[in-house]
This record gives sequence, C-alpha cells and structure tokens, in this order.
Amino acid sequence: MFLSVSTYIALVIFILALIYRISTWFRYKIGIGSEEISTSTRFIDSLKGILLTFLSPKILTLLKAFILDVLLQFRILREDFLRWLMHITIYGGFMLLLLMHALDRYITVKLFDKYYSTINPFMFLRDLFGIVVIIGIAIAIYRRFILKVPRLRTNSMDLYAILLVVVIMLSGIFLEATKMVAYSDYKRMMDEYSGLSDPQELKSLESYWVKEFGTISPNIKEPFDEKLLAQGKELHQSSCAECHAKPQWAFAGYGMAKVISPIGIGIDKAHLPIALWYIHVIACLVGLAYLPFSKMLHILSSSLNLLVNSAVGKEKMSIANRSTRQALELDACTHCGTCSLRCSVAVAYDEIRNINILPSEKIASIKALASGRRLTPQELRYLLDGVYLCTNCYRCTVVCPVGINLQDLWFNVRERLLQKGYPEFLLLSPLSFYRGLMREETVLRDYQKPLVRAREAIVAQCELMKAKDKALSLTPADKKFQSGLNLSAQAKNFSVCFGCQTCTTVCPIVANYENPQEVLGLLPHQIMHATGLGLRDLAFGSNMLWDCLTCYQCQEQCPQGVSVTDVFYELKNLAVQYVREKTS
Amino acid sequence: MMEFALFLGCQIPARLNQYESSARAVLKRMDVGLVDIREFNCCGYPLRNIEFKVFLLSSARNLALAEARNLNVMTLCKCCYGTLKKADYLLKEHPSLQKEVNKTLEQEGLTYEGKSEVKHLLSVLYRDIGVDKIKEKMVKNYRGLRIATHYGCHALRPSQVVGFDDPVAPTLFDQLVEATGAESIYWPMKLECCGAPLWGINDELSMDLTLKKLTNGKGSGAEYVCAACPYCHIQFDAVQKMMLSQRGLNHPLPSILYPQLLGLSLGIGGEALGLEMNQISISGIENTLYEIVAEVKEEGKKKDDEK
Repeated sequence: MFLSVSTYIALVIFILALIYRISTWFRYKIGIGSEEISTSTRFIDSLKGILLTFLSPKILTLLKAFILDVLLQFRILREDFLRWLMHITIYGGFMLLLLMHALDRYITVKLFDKYYSTINPFMFLRDLFGIVVIIGIAIAIYRRFILKVPRLRTNSMDLYAILLVVVIMLSGIFLEATKMVAYSDYKRMMDEYSGLSDPQELKSLESYWVKEFGTISPNIKEPFDEKLLAQGKELHQSSCAECHAKPQWAFAGYGMAKVISPIGIGIDKAHLPIALWYIHVIACLVGLAYLPFSKMLHILSSSLNLLVNSAVGKEKMSIANRSTRQALELDACTHCGTCSLRCSVAVAYDEIRNINILPSEKIASIKALASGRRLTPQELRYLLDGVYLCTNCYRCTVVCPVGINLQDLWFNVRERLLQKGYPEFLLLSPLSFYRGLMREETVLRDYQKPLVRAREAIVAQCELMKAKDKALSLTPADKKFQSGLNLSAQAKNFSVCFGCQTCTTVCPIVANYENPQEVLGLLPHQIMHATGLGLRDLAFGSNMLWDCLTCYQCQEQCPQGVSVTDVFYELKNLAVQYVREKTS
Repeated sequence: MMEFALFLGCQIPARLNQYESSARAVLKRMDVGLVDIREFNCCGYPLRNIEFKVFLLSSARNLALAEARNLNVMTLCKCCYGTLKKADYLLKEHPSLQKEVNKTLEQEGLTYEGKSEVKHLLSVLYRDIGVDKIKEKMVKNYRGLRIATHYGCHALRPSQVVGFDDPVAPTLFDQLVEATGAESIYWPMKLECCGAPLWGINDELSMDLTLKKLTNGKGSGAEYVCAACPYCHIQFDAVQKMMLSQRGLNHPLPSILYPQLLGLSLGIGGEALGLEMNQISISGIENTLYEIVAEVKEEGKKKDDEK
C-alpha cells in the first residue's frame, strides 16, 4: 500500500515536472532573435525538424550517435578514461539495477519463467551491479575531492547527485545484509513456507540457516551437531532451496552481514531491516520525483542533445530551432567541467575573480538569464565580461561530452547582452576579431552600437575632453597629474620624449587621415606629453589610443627609446580600470 | 631529431585548419618533431589592451608548460610569437613580476624560469633547418611566380624584444620564398600592418589599412601575398573577401600561407595543404609549378641544342 501510493505520487510529480522542464526548452529565450519567436512556432518547428530527420538518411547518423555517444559514451572516453569509467559504471550499473531489480515486477518477471530475487543469477547480479555503481561513486568522490581535477567545481547539485546515489546504494546493501542476519525474517519465512512444527525439525533447519545463511538466532549458537545439520540440510532442500541460493552469491550483502553479525540480534530487535527498506524505497522515489529538477535530468537532456548535435552537424539552424536547441543545451550540461579544463582563457580566472570566465560556470548564469529572472546590473555586467572574455577558439565545443555548441551559445548570449546597454570594454581588444568576422551574420543587427558605447563610456569619464578648446590650468588639483601617470615598469620611459614627432610621422593610423587630430584627438607624441604631464583625461579620451594597431612602428623608430606602443598598452589598461572604478 | 612544442593558439584550430595541416606536413618533411601540449592556453595577446596581468600570466603559463617538458616553443602565429616573446622579456627583466606570476603558477605545480626559447615557424625553417636543406628536399619549383611577402608586425617589432630579423630591412622571409623558385617582389608597404588588430574594433579603419596594403602589393606586381600568421592571413583572405562587396573591390590579391607555398614545392598534395580551404581561391598557383627533374633535363637539352 505504502509502496504503490508513494510510487504513484513520485511518478505524478516526476511527469508533471518533466513536462514543465521540457516546456522550458520551447520557452526560454537565449540568443538574439529568439525574443520574437513564439513558443508554439518553436514547438512546431522542432517537430518538423525531428520528423524530417527521421525520414532522411540522417537516421543512420542518429543511430550511430545513439550507440557510440549515448550508450557507450565515446565522447567521454576520448577526453578522460577515468571519468568514462566512473560514468559508465554508475550509469551502467544503475540502469541494470533499475531494469532487473527495481522494475522486476514489470520486466524481469515477464522475461524469466522463474524469478525470485533470492535465486541466481538475479541475486548475484544485483550485488554485482550494486558494486559496479559503488566503484563508480568511489571514482567520482576520488576525482572531486582527492585528485582535485583542475577547475572541476562542486556545486550543490553535484553533491546532491552523489549523495542520492550513495544513499540508494548503501541502504540497499545494508538492507540486504540486515535481512540476512534478521531472525524475524527467518522466522516469518519458516512460518509461511516450511509448514514444520516438530521442535527437532525446527531446530535443525534453524541450525542449518545459522551456519550456512548467516542468520543470527537468539536460540542457537555454534557448535552444531553434525546430525542436526544434515537433517537441517535435507529440510532446507525440500522447503527453501528452490527460492534461496547460497547467500555468498550476494557477496556485498553477505560481506556486510558478516561484519554486522555480532550485533545481529540487536539489529533485528530495532527493526532495522524495515527502517532500511523505507530509506531505500523513499530515496529511490525522492530521486525519481526530484529528477526533473536535478542534474540527473541530464540522463534525458544530454542524450537528446547528443542526438540533436549529431543530426545537425555543421548545418545552420533556423532561429526557432536554434533557440530551442540552446534551451535544451542549458539542461544538457552536466557541470562536468571539461570545458573549463580545456578553455583557452580559463587561466584568466586566476587573476580576475569573475566566475563567469569559466565556461562550466557561465551556464548557470545564462540559465538564470534565459529563465527571465531579473539579474542585477552588476550580475549582468559580470556575465557580459565573462562571456566576452573568450577567444572563440571552439575548444569548449569540441570537448563537450554531451555535444553542446558552447561557442555558439556564448556568441548569442554576448550579442544579446551587448544590446542591453552596458559598455563592454573588452570590445576594444582583439577579442573582437571574431565578432568582426561574424558581422554579416543576421544576429548582429546592431553591430556598431556596442563599439560606440564602449568608447563613449570612456570619454564620459574624461572631463577635459569636454573642454577641448579651453586653456588647461597649469596647477592641476590632482597631484598625480604632475608626476605623470603611474605606469608599470614596461612603460615608464615616456618622460624622455623630446617631441621630435617621429612616432606620429611613422604611425599608419595617423597617415590614414587628412586631418588626423579631428578624428584621433591627441596624436602619439602628444599622448606621450599628456602622460608626462599627467593629463589623464586627454590621454584616455583620445581615439588614437583605442585605434592603435600595436604595430610597434613608433616604438621601433623612436630615437629616444620611448616604448610608445607599450605606453599605449598601459594607458588602455589604466583607462579601463579607471572608468570601471568610477562607474561601478 | 629537432623537437618543438607546437603552439597553435586560438585562431588556427578554430578558423584556419589549413595552416596547421600544411605546417605539420612541411615540418614532417623537414624531420622536425612536434609535441602537442593540450594544456596550452591563449598566449594573452587579445588581453594586453585591457588586462595586462592576465596577459602576463597566460604567456608565462604556456612557457612554464613547455619548460616542464624541456622543449622550446614554436608558434605559427606572429601575434602569439610577439606576445610570448614580450612576456618572456618582461619576466626576465623584472624579477618582481616573475615572482608574482610564479606564485600563481605554483598552485598548478608549474614554474617559469625562462628556459624555453620561443620561435616562429619561419625562424625555425630559416635558422634551425636552413634554406639549403629545404632546397634539397624540393621536387618542384615555381617559375615566374611573383610573391609579396608580408612579415607581420609582431614578429618584427619591437626588435629588441622579438629578435626575429632586421626590423628595417628583413630578408628572412624573402629568402624562404625565393627558395621555392618564386620571386619575392619589392613593395614599399611590405613591413606595414595588415590591419587585423583593429578588425572588430574599428572595421572601417582596419579595411582602409588592408586595402592600402593590398593595393600596394598588387600595384607592385604581386600575384599573391604570402603570410605566416593566422591574423594576417584571415585579414587578407576572409576580410578581403568581405571587402570585395563592402569596398567594391574587383580584383583581389589572394593570400597564401607560407607552408602552403612551400608544401607544394615539396610535392605535398593540395588536400593536405588545405588549398581549397582558403576563401579567396589560390588554386591557380599550381599552374606555375614545374618538376625540378624535368627542368634540369630541359636545361640540359637547351645546352645540347646550343652546342
């Protein structure tokens, strides 16, 4: 009664939650363009896409992906053998337990004429599968907490997933062990099945079970009379053997039973087997009901994503289908950390403590964004900084074991956030090279705006830029102004500039304009002077600084050995730091 | 056997597979061993504008990884080259920076001591292998092919840091091109920037510079511009292609990567060199190739005729 009612409750929660989660795949909006497409269009388009795929030769690709990527998980194997072993043991063992043991009434019984959980091969296999899962969990714990795989971060979801599997497995094994030693269980079976009443016979059978089956009896202890055992064996053969294999076959439970045998009677009296049964069943049902909300949803979403990934390949998808796919991808992420391990710029996280630099951690923030949760301006800026700090090297996408097109996800989120109006200073770096290459993509409707915004945000903090034609005061209030800008060792030599203008003469940017000052503001030699005089605003606010190619012509040819280009680099660093501080 | 840690950087694996495949094919012919270090990260170049410390740490980490394997580093990208060189220089000049960087690296069990040397593909070919040895391995020569060599700023300057070649009158690349039988033309803007550092930041300005440079190359008689850097090549290839429509350009000056040019004369197949992967077609270049043996025979014949 308890079992069926609670199972139904768990199942109902599971199904409703699953429907809810799947609905987010059609509702969540990530990339630019997704905002204008309705959920129903996305749903219909995805159905069309699926149908067309099934009717095309791609079905073979799907089949291949299902076997190699979903079942055998080659993509994990390719990355890391230990991780593959961990995953295949947990998932393989758990699936087999689910099919053979948890669903025995629906599957195993139908497949085999004679099924009892206490006869072989079922009894042996159950323990074998259980041990396989436990090996996997041990590897998981070892990787996370002892080996400490670089940049593998553990969040509450990861802990929950490990904890749940641990509880299910250990309660199962303890349940088996306590049932082996429990006298009341023995007694119940004897009353129900043996039909014995003769005290001598009862004693002999009990002796046999105590000796051979690990039952801890309050009445009988070793040594046993040989004759009694022989009689017990006979009775066992006729009444019990049909449904009971030797307990040693259930090696995990039997081993545990031996360990707990000294307190066997106490365990039985405390009704531990019953308590453990409840723990075991409730843990399984909680796992089922909570699955759609947890990391374990990846059983479904990641498998699905691998199939989508194989079917799509390098094709371009419609905006509707891409939006749907990206929402699915957010759920497909298992937070395994492979992307962060291989990420080209993850090392930046050691210097800038913005968690969104790490690809595996960006996903959580993007999920929040996609769900429509209101992020604070600070959170949005962190996310934008994190997604922009990316060289678009595709490494994350190549290594993702569940086939998420991470790079495209970053690109889409980036563009969407850039439209939100926050100035992104990283735009003014060669990180924008990729964005330039993508400028003809339909996604980039407002290509120029974010670039202009970043420059304007800098100029806005440069008061002097607003008073260009006014004479500068010779006694600036800020003392730093007099001592020059505080540049680091790589670029300290600006003060030896004697104003020969060679840097400006050789600069290809200056040469590009008829009236360079109009477009560029201060020219290179003037920036050197401004730096010397500490006229921060003029240096920071000049377009020259941000339009510098870093071709090093100026520095190479400076007769005074001023590191002009390096001073520029340094000024750009300082400018962004300054503006960030002032506006944060 | 000579061995290097191959530093691919971020652009090549993502957008320029033909550079990697052609460089590997060429280096294999030259008996250069290449070690791939998967842990390599971005060199730090794109971050120099905004995050100096990250740039330094990124470069130092790469150098430390190579150092741990007792290998010198070979880059294919000139921006990676210039950046790694710059970081190497700064760290050697400023012990305090080195100390700071090592403090972070030590968390991973790495240390930068400055033992690994940074080289570029071209400097390896020129200095470590040598033009003569390259010539020995050639089976074909170009005839009547005019190439504009593009040196790339970050390889040449600042010369004090990079030590690639003479910054004012470099010849290294020209010699490597001429080894294939092609003519390396004189062109005034040879040492100018390709424009790529501003691509994505100020596209109009970037295109101005690229256009000037390519027009100058073409006007000087070049049939192809030859690059050995992913940024320069992408600028001359993908970006030039965009410019065809944006700037109404009629006749592009196609870009060929040096290992593609050299690879063909070594007899490596066009597929391995990824000739088809260039966005502005370079397939015509194969028409200027002649078997060296046939040529010698022909020359012999000429001499016989003269007699």
